Amino acid sequence: MDQPLLRVENLSVRYVTPTGTVDALKKVSFELGREKLGVVGESGSGKSTLGRAILKLIPRPGQVSAERIEFMGRDLTRVSEAEMRRIRGKQMTMILQDPKFSLNPVMRTGDQILEALSVHGRIGRRPGHKRVLDILKAVRIRDPERVYNAYIHELSGGMGQRVMTAMMLVTNPMLLIADEPTSALDVTVRMQVLAIIDDLVTQRGMGLIFISHDLNLVGSFCDRILIMYGGRIVESCRAADLHKVTHPYSRGLLESLPSIEEPKAVLATLKRDPAWLAGP
Amino acid sequence: MADLAPSLLDVRNLHVVFGHGHHKVHAVRGVSFAVAKGECFGIVGESGSGKTTVLRSLCGLNTHWEGEILIDGRPAPRHPDRAFCRTVQIVFQDPYGSLHPRHTVDRCLREPLEIHDIGDRDKRITETLQAVGLDKSFRYRYPHQLSGGQRQRVGIARALMLEPKLLFLDEPTSALDVSVQAEILNLLVRLRKERGFTYILVTHDLAIISHMCERLIVMNVGRVVEAMPVTALRERTPENPYTQQLLQASLGYDRKAVERYQTFD
Repeated sequence: MDQPLLRVENLSVRYVTPTGTVDALKKVSFELGREKLGVVGESGSGKSTLGRAILKLIPRPGQVSAERIEFMGRDLTRVSEAEMRRIRGKQMTMILQDPKFSLNPVMRTGDQILEALSVHGRIGRRPGHKRVLDILKAVRIRDPERVYNAYIHELSGGMGQRVMTAMMLVTNPMLLIADEPTSALDVTVRMQVLAIIDDLVTQRGMGLIFISHDLNLVGSFCDRILIMYGGRIVESCRAADLHKVTHPYSRGLLESLPSIEEPKAVLATLKRDPAWLAGP
Repeated sequence: MADLAPSLLDVRNLHVVFGHGHHKVHAVRGVSFAVAKGECFGIVGESGSGKTTVLRSLCGLNTHWEGEILIDGRPAPRHPDRAFCRTVQIVFQDPYGSLHPRHTVDRCLREPLEIHDIGDRDKRITETLQAVGLDKSFRYRYPHQLSGGQRQRVGIARALMLEPKLLFLDEPTSALDVSVQAEILNLLVRLRKERGFTYILVTHDLAIISHMCERLIVMNVGRVVEAMPVTALRERTPENPYTQQLLQASLGYDRKAVERYQTFD
Protein backbone atom coordinates (compact mmCIF):
# COMPACT_ATOMS: atom_id res chain seq x y z
CA MET A 1 0.00 0.00 0.00
CA ASP A 2 2.03 2.98 -1.26
CA GLN A 3 -0.36 5.93 -1.33
CA PRO A 4 -3.61 5.35 0.59
CA LEU A 5 -6.80 5.99 -1.33
CA LEU A 6 -8.43 7.76 1.56
CA ARG A 7 -6.92 9.24 4.68
CA VAL A 8 -9.20 10.62 7.36
CA GLU A 9 -7.77 12.55 10.28
CA ASN A 10 -9.76 13.65 13.32
CA LEU A 11 -13.15 13.69 11.69
CA SER A 12 -15.91 14.88 14.05
CA VAL A 13 -19.62 15.41 13.54
CA ARG A 14 -21.73 17.10 16.17
CA TYR A 15 -25.33 18.14 16.46
CA VAL A 16 -26.12 21.10 18.69
CA THR A 17 -29.68 20.79 19.95
CA PRO A 18 -31.68 22.75 22.52
CA THR A 19 -31.25 19.89 24.96
CA GLY A 20 -27.52 19.50 24.54
CA THR A 21 -24.73 18.69 22.14
CA VAL A 22 -24.49 15.24 20.60
CA ASP A 23 -21.16 14.02 19.28
CA ALA A 24 -22.14 11.65 16.51
CA LEU A 25 -18.49 11.17 15.55
CA LYS A 26 -15.54 12.12 17.67
CA LYS A 27 -12.03 12.45 16.25
CA VAL A 28 -12.11 9.48 13.94
CA SER A 29 -8.91 8.76 12.02
CA PHE A 30 -8.16 5.92 9.62
CA GLU A 31 -6.64 5.10 6.28
CA LEU A 32 -8.01 3.06 3.44
CA GLY A 33 -6.08 1.44 0.62
CA ARG A 34 -7.43 -0.69 -2.21
CA GLU A 35 -9.02 -3.09 0.22
CA LYS A 36 -12.28 -4.05 1.88
CA LEU A 37 -12.62 -2.23 5.16
CA GLY A 38 -15.46 -3.24 7.45
CA VAL A 39 -17.01 -0.75 9.88
CA VAL A 40 -19.04 -2.47 12.62
CA GLY A 41 -21.01 -1.15 15.54
CA GLU A 42 -24.47 -1.11 17.05
CA SER A 43 -27.15 1.40 16.18
CA GLY A 44 -26.07 4.86 17.24
CA SER A 45 -22.37 4.06 17.07
CA GLY A 46 -21.84 6.54 14.23
CA LYS A 47 -21.02 4.08 11.50
CA SER A 48 -23.51 5.47 8.97
CA THR A 49 -22.60 9.03 9.94
CA LEU A 50 -19.00 8.17 9.10
CA GLY A 51 -19.99 7.06 5.60
CA ARG A 52 -22.07 10.17 5.01
CA ALA A 53 -19.44 12.52 6.43
CA ILE A 54 -16.84 11.22 3.97
CA LEU A 55 -19.25 12.00 1.12
CA LYS A 56 -19.96 15.38 2.77
CA LEU A 57 -23.65 14.54 3.02
CA ILE A 58 -24.29 15.60 6.61
CA PRO A 59 -27.35 17.87 6.53
CA ARG A 60 -27.60 21.31 8.05
CA PRO A 61 -27.72 21.35 11.81
CA GLY A 62 -24.88 18.84 11.81
CA GLN A 63 -21.43 20.39 12.15
CA VAL A 64 -18.58 18.55 10.47
CA SER A 65 -14.97 19.25 11.30
CA ALA A 66 -11.90 17.40 10.20
CA GLU A 67 -8.21 18.05 10.07
CA ARG A 68 -8.09 16.36 6.73
CA ILE A 69 -10.09 14.03 4.51
CA GLU A 70 -7.63 13.20 1.77
CA PHE A 71 -9.11 11.32 -1.16
CA MET A 72 -6.79 10.42 -4.06
CA GLY A 73 -4.43 13.22 -3.10
CA ARG A 74 -7.11 15.92 -2.69
CA ASP A 75 -8.22 17.35 0.60
CA LEU A 76 -12.01 17.18 0.59
CA THR A 77 -12.33 19.63 3.48
CA ARG A 78 -11.13 22.39 1.12
CA VAL A 79 -13.22 21.39 -1.88
CA SER A 80 -16.21 23.52 -2.90
CA GLU A 81 -19.72 22.04 -3.07
CA ALA A 82 -19.71 22.32 -6.89
CA GLU A 83 -16.45 20.42 -7.02
CA MET A 84 -17.79 17.90 -4.53
CA ARG A 85 -20.75 17.18 -6.80
CA ARG A 86 -18.30 16.14 -9.50
CA ILE A 87 -16.55 13.75 -7.11
CA ARG A 88 -19.66 12.34 -5.51
CA GLY A 89 -21.25 9.69 -7.69
CA LYS A 90 -18.25 9.67 -10.00
CA GLN A 91 -15.19 8.79 -7.96
CA MET A 92 -16.91 7.99 -4.69
CA THR A 93 -20.31 6.34 -4.43
CA MET A 94 -22.55 4.88 -1.78
CA ILE A 95 -24.84 1.84 -1.77
CA LEU A 96 -27.71 2.31 0.65
CA GLN A 97 -29.54 -0.25 2.68
CA ASP A 98 -32.93 -0.58 1.05
CA PRO A 99 -33.31 -0.13 -2.71
CA LYS A 100 -37.11 0.14 -2.38
CA PHE A 101 -36.76 3.36 -0.41
CA SER A 102 -33.64 4.80 -1.96
CA LEU A 103 -34.42 4.48 -5.66
CA ASN A 104 -37.01 6.56 -7.48
CA PRO A 105 -40.30 4.63 -7.53
CA VAL A 106 -41.68 6.34 -10.65
CA MET A 107 -38.63 6.10 -12.90
CA ARG A 108 -37.53 3.00 -14.76
CA THR A 109 -34.45 1.51 -13.14
CA GLY A 110 -32.43 1.62 -16.36
CA ASP A 111 -33.14 5.33 -16.79
CA GLN A 112 -31.96 5.93 -13.23
CA ILE A 113 -28.68 4.21 -13.93
CA LEU A 114 -28.38 6.21 -17.15
CA GLU A 115 -29.02 9.40 -15.20
CA ALA A 116 -26.14 8.58 -12.84
CA LEU A 117 -23.97 8.28 -15.92
CA SER A 118 -25.16 11.37 -17.80
CA VAL A 119 -24.80 13.65 -14.78
CA HIS A 120 -21.05 13.10 -15.01
CA GLY A 121 -20.53 13.69 -18.70
CA ARG A 122 -22.38 13.71 -21.96
CA ILE A 123 -23.34 10.35 -23.29
CA GLY A 124 -25.53 9.55 -26.27
CA ARG A 125 -28.74 7.55 -25.90
CA ARG A 126 -27.46 4.48 -27.65
CA PRO A 127 -24.02 4.14 -26.08
CA GLY A 128 -25.65 5.04 -22.75
CA HIS A 129 -28.25 2.32 -23.14
CA LYS A 130 -25.52 -0.15 -23.95
CA ARG A 131 -23.38 0.85 -20.98
CA VAL A 132 -26.38 0.35 -18.67
CA LEU A 133 -27.12 -3.09 -20.10
CA ASP A 134 -23.46 -4.02 -19.73
CA ILE A 135 -23.32 -2.98 -16.09
CA LEU A 136 -26.58 -4.85 -15.39
CA LYS A 137 -24.95 -7.93 -16.90
CA ALA A 138 -21.88 -7.32 -14.74
CA VAL A 139 -24.01 -7.55 -11.60
CA ARG A 140 -25.28 -10.86 -12.98
CA ILE A 141 -28.78 -9.93 -13.96
CA ARG A 142 -29.85 -12.56 -16.42
CA ASP A 143 -32.44 -10.53 -18.29
CA PRO A 144 -31.06 -6.97 -18.40
CA GLU A 145 -33.61 -5.68 -20.97
CA ARG A 146 -36.50 -6.54 -18.67
CA VAL A 147 -34.82 -5.05 -15.60
CA TYR A 148 -33.93 -1.90 -17.55
CA ASN A 149 -37.62 -1.26 -18.18
CA ALA A 150 -38.86 -2.33 -14.74
CA TYR A 151 -39.81 -0.12 -11.84
CA ILE A 152 -38.21 -0.87 -8.50
CA HIS A 153 -41.40 -2.35 -6.99
CA GLU A 154 -41.43 -4.96 -9.76
CA LEU A 155 -38.09 -6.39 -8.65
CA SER A 156 -37.23 -8.62 -5.71
CA GLY A 157 -35.02 -7.36 -2.88
CA GLY A 158 -31.93 -9.09 -4.21
CA MET A 159 -32.52 -7.78 -7.75
CA GLY A 160 -33.13 -4.25 -6.43
CA GLN A 161 -29.87 -4.32 -4.52
CA ARG A 162 -28.08 -5.46 -7.69
CA VAL A 163 -29.62 -2.53 -9.57
CA MET A 164 -28.37 -0.14 -6.88
CA THR A 165 -24.92 -1.73 -7.03
CA ALA A 166 -24.94 -1.36 -10.82
CA MET A 167 -25.92 2.30 -10.49
CA MET A 168 -23.06 2.96 -8.09
CA LEU A 169 -20.49 1.17 -10.21
CA VAL A 170 -21.46 2.46 -13.66
CA THR A 171 -19.24 5.54 -13.29
CA ASN A 172 -16.18 3.43 -12.39
CA PRO A 173 -15.62 4.96 -8.94
CA MET A 174 -12.45 4.44 -6.93
CA LEU A 175 -14.18 4.29 -3.58
CA LEU A 176 -17.41 2.53 -2.79
CA ILE A 177 -19.16 3.04 0.54
CA ALA A 178 -21.76 0.37 1.25
CA ASP A 179 -24.07 1.14 4.15
CA GLU A 180 -25.68 -2.14 5.26
CA PRO A 181 -26.13 -3.15 1.63
CA THR A 182 -27.38 -6.63 2.37
CA SER A 183 -29.09 -6.58 5.75
CA ALA A 184 -32.58 -6.61 4.21
CA LEU A 185 -31.80 -9.71 2.13
CA ASP A 186 -32.11 -13.44 2.74
CA VAL A 187 -28.84 -15.18 3.57
CA THR A 188 -28.25 -16.93 0.25
CA VAL A 189 -29.19 -13.85 -1.79
CA ARG A 190 -26.98 -11.80 0.56
CA MET A 191 -24.00 -13.99 -0.24
CA GLN A 192 -24.66 -13.68 -3.97
CA VAL A 193 -24.82 -9.87 -3.83
CA LEU A 194 -21.66 -9.81 -1.71
CA ALA A 195 -19.86 -12.03 -4.21
CA ILE A 196 -20.75 -9.54 -6.97
CA ILE A 197 -19.45 -6.60 -4.93
CA ASP A 198 -16.36 -8.62 -3.98
CA ASP A 199 -15.51 -9.50 -7.60
CA LEU A 200 -16.04 -5.97 -8.91
CA VAL A 201 -14.05 -4.37 -6.11
CA THR A 202 -11.16 -6.79 -6.64
CA GLN A 203 -11.19 -6.60 -10.45
CA ARG A 204 -11.28 -2.81 -10.57
CA GLY A 205 -8.88 -2.25 -7.71
CA MET A 206 -11.37 -0.15 -5.77
CA GLY A 207 -11.52 0.67 -2.09
CA LEU A 208 -14.60 -0.48 -0.21
CA ILE A 209 -15.96 0.75 3.11
CA PHE A 210 -18.47 -1.85 4.23
CA ILE A 211 -20.75 -0.65 7.03
CA SER A 212 -22.58 -3.38 8.91
CA HIS A 213 -23.81 -4.49 12.30
CA ASP A 214 -23.09 -8.15 11.55
CA LEU A 215 -19.74 -9.13 13.05
CA ASN A 216 -19.60 -12.61 11.56
CA LEU A 217 -20.35 -11.33 8.10
CA VAL A 218 -17.76 -8.56 8.24
CA GLY A 219 -15.21 -10.97 9.68
CA SER A 220 -15.61 -13.34 6.76
CA PHE A 221 -16.02 -10.73 4.00
CA CYS A 222 -13.60 -7.87 4.70
CA ASP A 223 -9.82 -7.53 4.94
CA ARG A 224 -9.71 -5.14 7.88
CA ILE A 225 -12.25 -4.09 10.51
CA LEU A 226 -12.92 -0.94 12.51
CA ILE A 227 -15.14 -1.39 15.56
CA MET A 228 -17.09 1.72 16.55
CA TYR A 229 -18.80 2.69 19.77
CA GLY A 230 -20.35 6.02 20.69
CA GLY A 231 -18.88 7.82 17.67
CA ARG A 232 -15.35 6.57 18.26
CA ILE A 233 -13.23 3.84 16.77
CA VAL A 234 -12.54 1.67 19.79
CA GLU A 235 -10.50 -0.93 18.00
CA SER A 236 -9.22 -1.91 14.59
CA CYS A 237 -7.92 -5.29 13.52
CA ARG A 238 -7.34 -7.58 10.56
CA ALA A 239 -10.50 -9.53 9.77
CA ALA A 240 -8.72 -12.82 10.31
CA ASP A 241 -7.88 -11.70 13.86
CA LEU A 242 -11.45 -10.76 14.77
CA HIS A 243 -11.61 -13.42 17.47
CA LYS A 244 -8.48 -11.97 19.09
CA VAL A 245 -9.87 -8.48 19.74
CA THR A 246 -9.11 -7.11 23.18
CA HIS A 247 -11.34 -4.10 23.84
CA PRO A 248 -14.11 -5.04 26.31
CA TYR A 249 -16.77 -3.65 23.97
CA SER A 250 -15.58 -5.71 20.99
CA ARG A 251 -15.27 -8.79 23.20
CA GLY A 252 -18.75 -8.16 24.59
CA LEU A 253 -20.23 -7.93 21.08
CA LEU A 254 -18.57 -11.17 20.02
CA GLU A 255 -19.63 -13.03 23.12
CA SER A 256 -23.24 -11.90 22.94
CA LEU A 257 -23.68 -13.58 19.55
CA PRO A 258 -25.39 -16.97 19.56
CA SER A 259 -23.47 -19.56 17.60
CA ILE A 260 -24.80 -22.33 15.37
CA GLU A 261 -22.14 -24.84 16.24
CA GLU A 262 -21.28 -24.13 19.86
CA PRO A 263 -24.41 -23.17 21.75
CA LYS A 264 -23.91 -21.53 25.14
CA ALA A 265 -26.29 -21.99 28.04
CA VAL A 266 -26.53 -18.27 28.69
CA LEU A 267 -25.41 -15.53 26.32
CA ALA A 268 -23.03 -12.95 27.72
CA THR A 269 -24.60 -9.52 27.91
CA LEU A 270 -22.76 -6.30 27.47
CA LYS A 271 -22.03 -4.13 30.48
CA ARG A 272 -21.35 -0.69 29.10
CA ASP A 273 -18.55 1.19 30.77
CA PRO A 274 -18.77 5.02 30.60
CA ALA A 275 -14.97 5.06 30.45
CA TRP A 276 -15.16 3.76 26.86
CA LEU A 277 -16.52 7.13 25.83
CA ALA A 278 -13.82 9.07 27.62
CA GLY A 279 -11.03 7.16 25.85
CA PRO A 280 -8.87 8.48 23.02
CA MET B 1 -42.92 -38.22 15.09
CA ALA B 2 -42.50 -40.18 18.33
CA ASP B 3 -45.32 -39.84 20.82
CA LEU B 4 -43.17 -39.60 23.92
CA ALA B 5 -44.89 -36.63 25.46
CA PRO B 6 -48.47 -35.69 24.57
CA SER B 7 -48.29 -33.01 21.91
CA LEU B 8 -49.60 -29.59 22.83
CA LEU B 9 -49.84 -28.46 19.24
CA ASP B 10 -50.63 -30.73 16.33
CA VAL B 11 -50.76 -29.37 12.79
CA ARG B 12 -51.91 -31.70 10.05
CA ASN B 13 -51.80 -30.99 6.36
CA LEU B 14 -52.17 -27.21 6.62
CA HIS B 15 -52.89 -25.38 3.36
CA VAL B 16 -53.26 -21.65 2.88
CA VAL B 17 -54.35 -20.14 -0.44
CA PHE B 18 -54.69 -16.41 -1.02
CA GLY B 19 -56.57 -14.84 -3.93
CA HIS B 20 -58.31 -16.64 -6.76
CA GLY B 21 -57.86 -17.52 -10.39
CA HIS B 22 -55.01 -15.70 -11.99
CA HIS B 23 -53.77 -14.14 -8.75
CA LYS B 24 -53.91 -17.32 -6.72
CA VAL B 25 -50.98 -17.80 -4.36
CA HIS B 26 -50.55 -21.15 -2.68
CA ALA B 27 -48.63 -19.84 0.35
CA VAL B 28 -48.62 -22.98 2.51
CA ARG B 29 -48.77 -26.39 0.85
CA GLY B 30 -49.46 -29.23 3.21
CA VAL B 31 -47.48 -28.49 6.35
CA SER B 32 -47.63 -30.99 9.23
CA PHE B 33 -45.78 -31.03 12.52
CA ALA B 34 -46.35 -31.71 16.20
CA VAL B 35 -44.91 -29.88 19.18
CA ALA B 36 -44.61 -31.56 22.55
CA LYS B 37 -45.41 -29.81 25.81
CA GLY B 38 -42.48 -27.79 27.14
CA GLU B 39 -40.59 -27.92 23.88
CA CYS B 40 -39.05 -25.07 21.92
CA PHE B 41 -39.79 -25.70 18.28
CA GLY B 42 -38.19 -23.70 15.46
CA ILE B 43 -39.60 -22.81 12.05
CA VAL B 44 -36.90 -21.61 9.66
CA GLY B 45 -37.20 -20.25 6.17
CA GLU B 46 -36.31 -17.38 3.89
CA SER B 47 -38.75 -14.66 2.90
CA GLY B 48 -41.69 -16.09 0.99
CA SER B 49 -41.28 -19.54 2.49
CA GLY B 50 -44.63 -19.30 4.30
CA LYS B 51 -43.26 -19.49 7.84
CA THR B 52 -45.06 -16.38 9.04
CA THR B 53 -48.28 -17.47 7.29
CA VAL B 54 -48.15 -20.76 9.20
CA LEU B 55 -47.69 -18.86 12.45
CA ARG B 56 -50.51 -16.42 11.69
CA SER B 57 -52.85 -19.28 10.86
CA LEU B 58 -52.00 -21.05 14.11
CA CYS B 59 -52.79 -18.05 16.26
CA GLY B 60 -55.96 -16.99 14.50
CA LEU B 61 -54.65 -13.94 12.65
CA ASN B 62 -55.24 -15.63 9.32
CA THR B 63 -58.56 -17.45 9.04
CA HIS B 64 -58.22 -18.76 5.48
CA TRP B 65 -56.59 -22.07 6.16
CA GLU B 66 -57.50 -25.65 5.48
CA GLY B 67 -56.36 -28.72 7.33
CA GLU B 68 -56.34 -29.51 11.00
CA ILE B 69 -54.90 -27.60 13.94
CA LEU B 70 -55.19 -29.24 17.34
CA ILE B 71 -54.17 -27.41 20.48
CA ASP B 72 -54.08 -29.60 23.58
CA GLY B 73 -56.05 -32.21 21.67
CA ARG B 74 -58.92 -29.86 20.77
CA PRO B 75 -59.40 -28.28 17.34
CA ALA B 76 -58.32 -24.62 17.33
CA PRO B 77 -61.17 -22.19 16.65
CA ARG B 78 -60.91 -20.35 13.38
CA HIS B 79 -61.63 -17.07 15.13
CA PRO B 80 -59.84 -16.86 18.45
CA ASP B 81 -62.16 -16.97 21.47
CA ARG B 82 -61.37 -16.22 25.11
CA ALA B 83 -60.27 -19.70 26.05
CA PHE B 84 -57.94 -19.76 23.06
CA CYS B 85 -56.33 -16.45 24.06
CA ARG B 86 -55.62 -17.83 27.52
CA THR B 87 -53.74 -20.75 26.00
CA VAL B 88 -51.94 -19.06 23.14
CA GLN B 89 -50.17 -15.71 22.97
CA ILE B 90 -47.82 -14.15 20.46
CA VAL B 91 -44.73 -11.93 20.65
CA PHE B 92 -44.39 -9.87 17.51
CA GLN B 93 -41.37 -9.00 15.47
CA ASP B 94 -41.37 -5.25 15.55
CA PRO B 95 -41.39 -3.73 19.03
CA TYR B 96 -41.87 -0.30 17.43
CA GLY B 97 -45.05 -1.23 15.61
CA SER B 98 -46.72 -3.65 17.98
CA LEU B 99 -47.41 -1.39 20.96
CA HIS B 100 -50.13 1.24 20.93
CA PRO B 101 -48.30 4.57 20.80
CA ARG B 102 -50.86 6.38 22.96
CA HIS B 103 -51.31 3.74 25.64
CA THR B 104 -49.01 3.53 28.64
CA VAL B 105 -47.30 0.27 29.50
CA ASP B 106 -49.77 -0.10 32.36
CA ARG B 107 -52.82 0.24 30.13
CA CYS B 108 -51.37 -2.13 27.58
CA LEU B 109 -50.82 -4.80 30.23
CA ARG B 110 -54.12 -4.13 32.00
CA GLU B 111 -56.34 -4.56 28.93
CA PRO B 112 -56.14 -8.38 28.70
CA LEU B 113 -56.90 -8.64 32.43
CA GLU B 114 -60.00 -6.48 32.02
CA ILE B 115 -61.25 -8.40 29.01
CA HIS B 116 -60.86 -11.68 30.84
CA ASP B 117 -62.15 -10.26 34.10
CA ILE B 118 -59.13 -11.24 36.14
CA GLY B 119 -58.68 -9.53 39.50
CA ASP B 120 -55.63 -8.43 41.44
CA ARG B 121 -54.56 -6.38 38.46
CA ASP B 122 -51.97 -4.07 40.04
CA LYS B 123 -50.15 -6.92 41.63
CA ARG B 124 -50.13 -8.94 38.44
CA ILE B 125 -48.83 -6.02 36.39
CA THR B 126 -45.92 -5.24 38.72
CA GLU B 127 -45.03 -8.91 39.04
CA THR B 128 -45.01 -9.46 35.29
CA LEU B 129 -42.96 -6.32 34.71
CA GLN B 130 -40.48 -7.60 37.24
CA ALA B 131 -40.39 -11.00 35.57
CA VAL B 132 -39.33 -9.43 32.27
CA GLY B 133 -36.68 -7.31 33.98
CA LEU B 134 -38.38 -3.89 34.11
CA ASP B 135 -38.82 -2.06 37.40
CA LYS B 136 -41.92 -0.18 38.56
CA SER B 137 -40.77 3.11 37.05
CA PHE B 138 -41.62 1.78 33.59
CA ARG B 139 -45.25 1.24 34.39
CA TYR B 140 -46.60 4.64 33.35
CA ARG B 141 -44.34 5.25 30.39
CA TYR B 142 -45.37 5.42 26.75
CA PRO B 143 -43.67 3.25 24.11
CA HIS B 144 -41.71 6.21 22.68
CA GLN B 145 -40.04 6.63 26.07
CA LEU B 146 -38.60 3.11 25.87
CA SER B 147 -35.63 1.69 23.97
CA GLY B 148 -36.09 -1.14 21.47
CA GLY B 149 -35.08 -3.79 23.99
CA GLN B 150 -37.38 -2.38 26.68
CA ARG B 151 -40.28 -2.32 24.22
CA GLN B 152 -39.70 -5.94 23.35
CA ARG B 153 -39.73 -6.72 27.08
CA VAL B 154 -43.13 -5.00 27.31
CA GLY B 155 -44.27 -7.05 24.30
CA ILE B 156 -43.25 -10.20 26.14
CA ALA B 157 -44.91 -9.02 29.37
CA ARG B 158 -48.17 -8.45 27.49
CA ALA B 159 -48.02 -12.00 26.15
CA LEU B 160 -47.47 -13.29 29.70
CA MET B 161 -50.42 -11.47 31.29
CA LEU B 162 -52.94 -14.25 30.64
CA GLU B 163 -50.49 -16.95 31.70
CA PRO B 164 -50.67 -18.89 28.43
CA LYS B 165 -49.14 -22.31 27.82
CA LEU B 166 -48.05 -21.77 24.27
CA LEU B 167 -46.09 -18.74 23.08
CA PHE B 168 -45.53 -17.90 19.43
CA LEU B 169 -42.39 -15.88 18.83
CA ASP B 170 -42.25 -14.23 15.41
CA GLU B 171 -38.67 -13.07 14.80
CA PRO B 172 -38.58 -11.64 18.33
CA THR B 173 -35.13 -10.08 18.06
CA SER B 174 -34.56 -9.23 14.41
CA ALA B 175 -35.08 -5.50 15.01
CA LEU B 176 -32.61 -5.37 17.90
CA ASP B 177 -28.84 -4.89 18.27
CA VAL B 178 -26.84 -8.02 19.09
CA SER B 179 -26.16 -7.13 22.72
CA VAL B 180 -29.87 -6.40 23.28
CA GLN B 181 -30.77 -9.56 21.38
CA ALA B 182 -28.67 -11.54 23.87
CA GLU B 183 -30.63 -10.03 26.77
CA ILE B 184 -34.01 -10.86 25.21
CA LEU B 185 -32.97 -14.41 24.30
CA ASN B 186 -31.69 -14.97 27.85
CA LEU B 187 -35.00 -13.66 29.18
CA LEU B 188 -36.98 -16.04 26.95
CA VAL B 189 -34.83 -19.00 27.99
CA ARG B 190 -35.24 -18.14 31.68
CA LEU B 191 -39.03 -17.66 31.44
CA ARG B 192 -39.40 -21.01 29.75
CA LYS B 193 -37.37 -22.72 32.44
CA GLU B 194 -39.32 -21.03 35.25
CA ARG B 195 -42.82 -21.35 33.84
CA GLY B 196 -42.64 -24.38 31.57
CA PHE B 197 -43.79 -22.61 28.42
CA THR B 198 -43.90 -24.18 25.01
CA TYR B 199 -42.38 -21.95 22.33
CA ILE B 200 -42.84 -21.89 18.60
CA LEU B 201 -40.03 -19.71 17.29
CA VAL B 202 -40.12 -18.39 13.74
CA THR B 203 -36.88 -16.92 12.46
CA HIS B 204 -34.45 -16.83 9.56
CA ASP B 205 -31.44 -16.85 11.89
CA LEU B 206 -30.09 -20.36 12.37
CA ALA B 207 -27.85 -19.28 15.26
CA ILE B 208 -30.92 -18.27 17.29
CA ILE B 209 -32.57 -21.62 16.51
CA SER B 210 -29.45 -23.46 17.60
CA HIS B 211 -29.38 -21.46 20.81
CA MET B 212 -33.05 -21.84 21.72
CA CYS B 213 -34.67 -24.88 20.15
CA GLU B 214 -34.69 -28.66 20.41
CA ARG B 215 -36.27 -29.45 17.06
CA LEU B 216 -36.97 -27.49 13.93
CA ILE B 217 -38.54 -27.60 10.51
CA VAL B 218 -37.10 -25.88 7.47
CA MET B 219 -39.59 -24.40 5.01
CA ASN B 220 -39.20 -23.37 1.40
CA VAL B 221 -41.97 -22.11 -0.95
CA GLY B 222 -44.74 -23.29 1.35
CA ARG B 223 -43.46 -26.79 2.04
CA VAL B 224 -41.54 -28.38 4.86
CA VAL B 225 -38.31 -29.52 3.22
CA GLU B 226 -36.80 -31.03 6.33
CA ALA B 227 -37.66 -31.73 9.95
CA MET B 228 -34.72 -32.39 12.22
CA PRO B 229 -33.35 -32.24 15.73
CA VAL B 230 -31.20 -29.20 16.43
CA THR B 231 -28.13 -31.42 16.87
CA ALA B 232 -28.16 -32.04 13.10
CA LEU B 233 -27.81 -28.29 12.67
CA ARG B 234 -25.00 -27.99 15.19
CA GLU B 235 -23.09 -30.88 13.69
CA ARG B 236 -23.75 -29.63 10.15
CA THR B 237 -25.46 -32.81 9.04
CA PRO B 238 -28.78 -31.78 7.49
CA GLU B 239 -29.87 -34.11 4.71
CA ASN B 240 -31.78 -31.84 2.39
CA PRO B 241 -29.68 -29.84 -0.12
CA TYR B 242 -31.72 -26.69 0.52
CA THR B 243 -31.02 -26.87 4.24
CA GLN B 244 -27.36 -27.54 3.57
CA GLN B 245 -27.11 -24.45 1.40
CA LEU B 246 -28.96 -22.32 3.95
CA LEU B 247 -26.62 -23.52 6.70
CA GLN B 248 -23.56 -22.92 4.57
CA ALA B 249 -24.66 -19.35 3.80
CA SER B 250 -25.39 -18.70 7.48
CA LEU B 251 -21.88 -19.63 8.54
CA GLY B 252 -20.30 -16.64 6.79
CA TYR B 253 -19.09 -15.37 3.44
CA ASP B 254 -17.26 -17.88 1.30
CA ARG B 255 -16.61 -16.78 -2.28
CA LYS B 256 -16.17 -20.30 -3.64
CA ALA B 257 -19.34 -21.65 -2.06
CA VAL B 258 -21.45 -18.94 -3.75
CA GLU B 259 -20.45 -20.45 -7.13
CA ARG B 260 -22.18 -23.68 -6.17
CA TYR B 261 -25.51 -22.14 -5.12
CA GLN B 262 -28.60 -23.65 -6.65
CA THR B 263 -32.14 -22.37 -6.81
CA PHE B 264 -34.88 -24.35 -5.13
CA ASP B 265 -38.46 -23.72 -6.20
